[in-house]
Amino acid sequence: MNTDIFLWLAQDGVINGAIYALLALALLLVFSVTRVIFVPQGEFITFAALSLALLESGQTPGTLYILVFGGIAAAGLDAFAALRERAWRRLPRIAALYLVLPFAVAALVAWAAPQKFAQWVQVLLALAMVVPLGPIIYRIAYQPLAGASILVLFIVSMAVHYILTGLSLVFFGGEGLRSRPFSEAKFKLGVVEVSAQSIWVVAASAVLILLLWLLFERSIYGKALRATSMNRVGARLVGIPSVLTGHLSFLLAAFIGAVSGILIAPITTLYYDTGFLIGLKGFVGAILGGMGSYPLAALGSVAVGLIESFSSFWASAFKEAIVFTLIIPMLVWLSLRSHRVEEDEEP
Amino acid sequence: MNRKLTLALLAAATALGAATAHADITVGVTLGATGPGASLGIHYKNAFQLMPQTLGGQRVKYIILEDGSDATNAGKNARKLITEDKVDVIMGSNGVPSSLQISQVATETHTPFLCLTPIAVKDDAYKWTFSVPQPTELMMGAVAEHLKANGVKTVGFIGFSDGWGDLMYKATDFHAASHGYKVVTNERYARADTSVTGQVLKIMAANPDAVVVGGSGTGGALPHLALVERGYKGRIYHNHGTVNAEFIRVGGKSVEDAIAPTGPLIVPEELPASHATKKVALAFTQRYEATFGAGSRNAFAGYTHDAVMLLGAAIPAAMKKAKPGTPAFREALRDALEHVKNVVGTHGVYNPTPANHSGLDDRARVLVQVKDGKWRLMK
Repeated sequence: MNTDIFLWLAQDGVINGAIYALLALALLLVFSVTRVIFVPQGEFITFAALSLALLESGQTPGTLYILVFGGIAAAGLDAFAALRERAWRRLPRIAALYLVLPFAVAALVAWAAPQKFAQWVQVLLALAMVVPLGPIIYRIAYQPLAGASILVLFIVSMAVHYILTGLSLVFFGGEGLRSRPFSEAKFKLGVVEVSAQSIWVVAASAVLILLLWLLFERSIYGKALRATSMNRVGARLVGIPSVLTGHLSFLLAAFIGAVSGILIAPITTLYYDTGFLIGLKGFVGAILGGMGSYPLAALGSVAVGLIESFSSFWASAFKEAIVFTLIIPMLVWLSLRSHRVEEDEEP
Repeated sequence: MNRKLTLALLAAATALGAATAHADITVGVTLGATGPGASLGIHYKNAFQLMPQTLGGQRVKYIILEDGSDATNAGKNARKLITEDKVDVIMGSNGVPSSLQISQVATETHTPFLCLTPIAVKDDAYKWTFSVPQPTELMMGAVAEHLKANGVKTVGFIGFSDGWGDLMYKATDFHAASHGYKVVTNERYARADTSVTGQVLKIMAANPDAVVVGGSGTGGALPHLALVERGYKGRIYHNHGTVNAEFIRVGGKSVEDAIAPTGPLIVPEELPASHATKKVALAFTQRYEATFGAGSRNAFAGYTHDAVMLLGAAIPAAMKKAKPGTPAFREALRDALEHVKNVVGTHGVYNPTPANHSGLDDRARVLVQVKDGKWRLMK
């Protein structure tokens, strides 16, 4: 192995690591706020990337059916609850969020898809279709069980994952798709040639991480999320509604997943089920970071990217095994270190 | 009154007798139109919609079960089809591991199995299994000949980290000594990988004269694109699992000039009129594309078609010996399948024998190359 190869592999590792870092942050956010181990995180990647690829070819992606029918289901659940409590005043808001918004997005996409607008418009359309799925999924699958144990929530996550993967196969088909790169430009950096797309990935990840930090530090919503993740009961006692923080964390998770998907869609072939594996590696990154700290989770994810890249050079057949074996020593260390009782059940 | 009753009884008896004589033949199928093998399984399954409802003068009932591309499920489905539905013959599945499972069940329960994936059918353990697709050695033999004709001495291999990758590596290596080349790398990747930079760098370091990719479908595009991006100048060969329109759609201009072996049904229009399978392949491709859209042609649907053709050719001989639905019929069907002659399918001309349960020859393979965004026959 010479310096050339080392640099190439390092570059590759950092690009993949940047994506894993984004996903690790989303997983950690959702877990600390709602105690949900959000297995379907990867599905947002798939939905956004494949929707973008389909939009580019002038087709209407099936994602909008998921959005519309998911919205109807969520509206139904909320309306039922509101009617039972005779809280009529909640109805217009429910209709606006779960019916008007999804239908408007769906109509917009259905109209815009055959027009083949500029790429940035299509990126926005893909985001508009995928991001609202986060709160909708939370409303349907998790909110009714918000007080359940981590294990129950995890099992729900598996179910949601299988349902979304199944829908993904129906709407996108079994073959892989790829979208056009944002820019074909390439730069010489010493011996290594860096493509503009990979700079996009790293820069966008860095900006997104910075924005998340600002959100948590400066905004009232970010502070509410932080408070909930520090102490769920305490946060409720000071008047932070857990439904709001749940919706917010899923909204952010869906946004991060969708952005990741759009970033990697041009550099790799994505299949209807690819997102799961990418999300899983973000999860490994979060665990390497101790499943508690955002900067450590990001670092852990970059480490996963680098280890993956180097093991694909030395022992490509065992790459996956090497990456996923990483969590075993970490879990052993975590369980030896931890003395506190898990804050699992509601008091 | 009495005569009327006798007549009615007689009529009923005749009807019953006719029903037993024309008992339906039941074909059990297990396929994975979902799961990791979905991109192949969907095509196999589609083709069953176009299959005839009578074979050799017998009505045929197809029972298709879904195995989610999972070997354990495929085995379970096979057992269910045989014990509960009493099928006379079983077909399936996409994926080598699934097919091996079904093959075991077939051997154990003495049910003829028309395997739709290329598995090596060699010893007695496969006595009940017939492999419909071309053996991988036969297919990669075409690549090996092309390598030899172009004076290639070193070949880099990169393939899926699964059974298909193993099969392709073995087939590439199988011809190495006799065709004067050496396989210098054995790199692996997964279909869902986001990058193959490490593997490609290793191949670039070994600097082989040509590269063989052991992927399938659009999954073959990732290493090809990475090699081109890194400036690899040698020829890149694929395999018959990769030949479809989606591969070119995903690969774009970068996969121009990619070479792959395939069954002749991918390019029936370009075959010489004398080619044995031209007529059958052309007819099937047209019917398939009329139903599932232009450009939807693929090798996998052809295997379904050929399996049903083989079955149709074997039924008359088996019907002479026993009635469908009985173990004796399954036994007779297996024997008949070993002795059918010159069954012209979409992929080739089948002449199975007791020693060779594939029965295909060189006519079942052609080399195709991507030219102007289309798979074209190499002259």
